Amino acid sequence: MEVSLEQAIDKRVHHHWFSWLVGQQTFWVSMAAVVAFVALTLASDVFATQQNLFNVARNFAFVAIIAIGMTAVIVTGGIDLSVGAVLVLSGMVIGMTMNAGMSIWLAVPLALGAALAVGAFNGVLIAYVGVPPFVVTLGMLSIARSLAMVLSNNRMVYSFGPDQPALLALGGGFMELALPLVDPIRIPNPLVFLLVVLALASLAFRWTRWGRYLFAIGGNERAAIVTGVPVKVMKVSVYMVSALCAGIAGILEVGWLGTITTGLGQGMELTVIAASVIGGANLSGGIGTALGAVIGAALIEVIRNSLTLLGISTFWQGTFVGSFIVIAVLFDRLRSRNTNE
Amino acid sequence: MAILELSRISKNFGAIRALTDVSLTLNAGEVVGLMGDNGAGKSTLVKIIAGNYPPSSGTMTMLGRPVHFHKPSDARREGIEIVYQDLALCDNLTAAENVFLGRELMRGFGPVRWIDYPTMFQRAGELFAELKSETRPRDLVRRMSGGQRQAVAIARTRLSDPKVVLMDEPTAAISVRQVAEVLSLIRRLREHGIAVILISHRMPDVFAVADRVVVLRRGEKVADKAIAHSSPEEVTGLITGALMAA
Repeated sequence: MEVSLEQAIDKRVHHHWFSWLVGQQTFWVSMAAVVAFVALTLASDVFATQQNLFNVARNFAFVAIIAIGMTAVIVTGGIDLSVGAVLVLSGMVIGMTMNAGMSIWLAVPLALGAALAVGAFNGVLIAYVGVPPFVVTLGMLSIARSLAMVLSNNRMVYSFGPDQPALLALGGGFMELALPLVDPIRIPNPLVFLLVVLALASLAFRWTRWGRYLFAIGGNERAAIVTGVPVKVMKVSVYMVSALCAGIAGILEVGWLGTITTGLGQGMELTVIAASVIGGANLSGGIGTALGAVIGAALIEVIRNSLTLLGISTFWQGTFVGSFIVIAVLFDRLRSRNTNE
Repeated sequence: MAILELSRISKNFGAIRALTDVSLTLNAGEVVGLMGDNGAGKSTLVKIIAGNYPPSSGTMTMLGRPVHFHKPSDARREGIEIVYQDLALCDNLTAAENVFLGRELMRGFGPVRWIDYPTMFQRAGELFAELKSETRPRDLVRRMSGGQRQAVAIARTRLSDPKVVLMDEPTAAISVRQVAEVLSLIRRLREHGIAVILISHRMPDVFAVADRVVVLRRGEKVADKAIAHSSPEEVTGLITGALMAA
């Protein structure tokens, strides 16, 4: 049968927006989050209160910001185990420099600079020396946390010099969103930062060369090389982005807690990777979305929060989160099997 | 004038001599079948033309002008495109994205620029139509048949209006029906005045589509003759060494 050019161009793989939607892992994870949300609202008087939702939103924002950077790394087929350590390093740099009386306007760039330097180091070893990402970032997990300990002499830092109020407001403050008919909604600052990072990442993934090259590298690295994609530069940049996200989260978290110890962010890399994977990122590369990572992080936090509210031992948290990882990947596997046949 | 002319190309890897004094002339709109057994030097020769590494000695000229390639992008800039054996496609991207990979079309105002998907889909659709392939620009490569994948890889070479297209074993791993599709794609390239070097083990394909056959054996050119004046039996003899030269 003869198909005209216009028809061929317009023809999509997915014939209908609904069939496209239900094919998305992000959609199902969002549904799971919504169901959990509704169930909790009914099961607990406390869950849907503004204060609790404020806390949930703020808590998951830290993980979600890092999970966006992690998703970019995972899309290239890599992994970044050093994000928890970078978070504490960035937090410690801002803590120590402000403790010494430095202005926040200098301390923030220094902290982000430290994070970017770690990311660049990871990226250069991975892209130019060819060390597997798992090994490089595993080493960095240890190095960055150790540097944070050296920097602080393993002390707790809780006074941040003349700009202390600014730092605390940055991480612990909120924006008021005035709505008609209801009380103004308070949006925690970390959530505002998350929304900005999410918007930037979503645009970058789809509409920039940088974003498309992430997917090309994850899909077929050799193809990317022979078609002239600057694969090495791209890899360095993606580990820098991941570290930058961890650095931003570190600064915000210090501002929220009003204190920093070298134990901050311990084991966080696993939660972050879990959020990315639940949100649809494929650990073998080539697939993932920023929105999915955020929803994955939200789902984990809702589970965590609900266990606390329902009086279930928090020891169960790992079981729930772990099950979700396996179910999400299993679901994806089943779905791709269906579409391949 | 010849589009591409190789003159006494040799390549050593340490003590190993992979190519010895190979000369080859390629004219516009000509399909040359490059044949030889494993290790005969086919891929070394192709990699030299593609700019993967320079020859140890010998010269290359394009349209009479000497060229020296240090990296694949040098060759590409001169109008030499390669269709790799594995096609070098990203399964997770659409056909159009693969065609434009590394050469995405952008639009925007001033410094704010973004990928111009509508034009990419349009242009890719035109290329597929030109190749008379049913490939759809928005489809993911993952869901495509072998013949459609070939069309994507070949459409990619057509983007830059190339002079020479190198095809490495394009028919090695696909079904009979798809082979016919690929051979007709090669004929399309020839119609556009492009010189094609077809590296293949498959005698019927070479005899179906090529104008000339070049045989390499142990790094030396042992035959270079018109298909019309040769036969599969003769070429087989040349490849194996039963016939010394023709």
